[in-house]
Amino acid sequence: METLEQIRARLLLAYPAAQITFVTNPGPAAEHSLLIEAAHAVEIARWLRDDPALRLDYCSNATGVDWPDKTITDVTTTTEPDPAGGPAKTVEIKTTRLQPGYLEAIYHLYSIALKQGPVVIRLRTANRTDAVTLPSLTPTWRSCDFQEREIFDLYGIIFTGHPDLRRLLMWDEFKDHPMRKDYVEPDDYEWEPTAHGAVLERAKPHQSAAAAPAPKMGGTP
Amino acid sequence: MNPFTPSAPAPFASAPGPTVRAVHDEFHGDLLEVSMGPQHPSTHGVFRMVATLDGEQLVKLKPVFGYLHRNHEKIAENTTYLGSMPYTDRLDYLCSMSTNWAYALAVEKLAGQAVPERAQYLRIIMAELTRLVNHSCLVGFLFNDLGTSFTPLLYAFREREKIIDLFEALSGSRMMCNYQRFGGCRVDPTPEWLAAAQQLVDNFPRFLDEYERMLTGNEIMLARTQGVGRLDATHAINAGITGPVLRASGVDYDLRKVDAYGFYAQFDFRVPLGAHGDTYDRYMMRILEMRESVKILQQAFKRLPAGPIMDPKAKLRGFRPKAGEAYGRLEGPKGELGFFLISDGSPNPYRYRVRPPSLINLTLLEEMCLGHTIADAVVILGSIDIVLGEVDR
Amino acid sequence: MLGSGIINGLIVTAKNFAGSYHDPERMVTVEYPEQKTVLPENYRNFPFLITENATDPMGTLRCVACQICEKECPPQCIIIEKSKDKKPDATGKLQLYPAIFGIDTSVCMSCQICVEVCPFDAIKMDKVFEIATTDRFQDLFLDRERLAKPNSYYHEIHPVEAAEVDGRLLAERKAAEEKAKVAAAAKAAAAAAKPVVTPPPATP
Ligand code: SF4
Ligand code: SF4
Repeated sequence: METLEQIRARLLLAYPAAQITFVTNPGPAAEHSLLIEAAHAVEIARWLRDDPALRLDYCSNATGVDWPDKTITDVTTTTEPDPAGGPAKTVEIKTTRLQPGYLEAIYHLYSIALKQGPVVIRLRTANRTDAVTLPSLTPTWRSCDFQEREIFDLYGIIFTGHPDLRRLLMWDEFKDHPMRKDYVEPDDYEWEPTAHGAVLERAKPHQSAAAAPAPKMGGTP
Repeated sequence: MNPFTPSAPAPFASAPGPTVRAVHDEFHGDLLEVSMGPQHPSTHGVFRMVATLDGEQLVKLKPVFGYLHRNHEKIAENTTYLGSMPYTDRLDYLCSMSTNWAYALAVEKLAGQAVPERAQYLRIIMAELTRLVNHSCLVGFLFNDLGTSFTPLLYAFREREKIIDLFEALSGSRMMCNYQRFGGCRVDPTPEWLAAAQQLVDNFPRFLDEYERMLTGNEIMLARTQGVGRLDATHAINAGITGPVLRASGVDYDLRKVDAYGFYAQFDFRVPLGAHGDTYDRYMMRILEMRESVKILQQAFKRLPAGPIMDPKAKLRGFRPKAGEAYGRLEGPKGELGFFLISDGSPNPYRYRVRPPSLINLTLLEEMCLGHTIADAVVILGSIDIVLGEVDR
Repeated sequence: MLGSGIINGLIVTAKNFAGSYHDPERMVTVEYPEQKTVLPENYRNFPFLITENATDPMGTLRCVACQICEKECPPQCIIIEKSKDKKPDATGKLQLYPAIFGIDTSVCMSCQICVEVCPFDAIKMDKVFEIATTDRFQDLFLDRERLAKPNSYYHEIHPVEAAEVDGRLLAERKAAEEKAKVAAAAKAAAAAAKPVVTPPPATP
């Protein structure tokens, strides 16, 4: 199979306006991927599926990933000569910048016809709050149907062009998206008496003192 | 918090009211909507189908998921790599050995961990025994779903029980084996265990012959399954259907051959293919695959090398793969089972994703069932082979 | 031929019916409470703590409260609190011991990870599976006293594994003793050699 760089070069020939970035995977698996601009994703997906040399007719896995906002501290070191003639001083300048977070959808494509793959493509949303739409690839690969519904359910990416975008696993009235990194569980359990210290702590405000005696935790000799 | 954007209202799934109600449709006149499940004996777990019926024929069928959802992926992201291994047992609780392997495979790919030869052979033995367990369960349940009788299920379960006893003797638990580790296997089987397994595999074709004699040519079986729930190859590929369901439609795609993960490249076996893509072909696919599995097992027992079962470099505690990502997949008994992992160098995975074959194989359930009666929908669902622990995760 | 499938089915059923009286391959069920199957050696259920001495179980727990198992347990069902003081262990070395050690068996999933990660072979899997109780909370929470079982019991339920563990521990203890002896000898030698090396006091 062609390397990912070759695929990228051919894609850029076919879609000169599209922005396609090569994303390196530093791990030992070395499965690199292509980051595709959302505006051209549908055409590019179709091209990948129908190109006679690739024929990626099978989208095995579609998944979301949450990358929250990150504060990154850059440290630049400069050496300043000492005006008094002493040894040069090193000065560290720390700058913090906010790297905005985004949601990502990753697709693993294979070819059943030519028995090759994988080609990994990723799409990114602009941010995590209001611009969370991505084009749906379900019209190209039907196998993304349930998986994109799941991503919508658990991560909150809205796929435009999806034929039936509803929650898949959580119930329809559920708010929020549980797989996001900043998700906070609602404190709505039916608390039971338990021996777990941590659970007991959390259950305390919900229990009347008479309801449950604290279990015995073993004695000290 | 993020604003929740409601999607288009669900036409049938979330409608309140009784489970059976009349719906009016302009083309068909009066229809009946029936909620099948989540507590229904033939949905193989807590699975719900909202079926719209015209007489007894299905005109619409919407699967509803999530009754067994426990956010397995979030749990795994909050525990260590090793700590998720016992949870993977609970995904597909009929085939915990191959689910373990799939997860170990992905982590080994992520961390660049080698696996010794004996462990590779043991994994193949366990995976193929699991295939026997899963397929014999499936064919048993299929006849239960047909409404013919309960007896074949008991015969199938008897054979499954023998294999599960072997798993128990080896790993300590019948279904929650927790047997694989990153870089090898946990327990080395004794020669007695191997002899017992060999004997079981030798006897297995006898059971298969008997089973086929009872059912493969049975008139009820033929009438109820041939031509029912047809699936053509193009649609199946596009919808990501994998495993025996895909091969029943005549697509030659078996990851044991394509990826040749583990040591499968050294084994001599064939990939059975169907021609019609109907329920009968899917049933035959399971029977033929069991015969091939027996062949693989015989070869594996013959060639099983001596040696260590764990890579000496493998770490149990303090396992931290380098930053990176990996997608590992294997041919589970139900289809392509994949694990996608992103590591950021910490002891917990940053992203942990299961590609559940059971869920994705249901994508075309509606298309397969439309036009058939509701009794056939039960058979079609049974022939797809789902486990709700994996569908809902 | 129409009907042949039904006749074949009946033949198979009849064969199984007759076989269930004499063929062990087809006769697989046991009448449970009266008859019991033999559990395999590797069978696991819930963990228990090993004590060296059956007469003083709380004094001779092998566990040193290192809390590794507590950290690694996937559903977080182990609770450990370290002791304030130290007690000598089997080799006579002073060690901490768990003042509180509890396992919530209603949460435990019998995964055996605590056993695998324990560096002191102090926790092992039990085989008792008839554990029905009438109280869901108190009775399923096993504290130190109920978890502790003597090493002889371990030998009873997992003979092969226990022999291997004991052999390893014995070898480790011997090695430690040898090392201590060598270290002591070296110390003594150093002490003996010392006066020679000490420089003579400087004369004022
Ligand atoms: S049982 Fe083992 S791992 Fe757990 S605290 Fe005791 S010595 Fe440490
Ligand atoms: S067996 Fe597993 S769940 Fe139970 S205490 Fe040990 S580590 Fe925890």
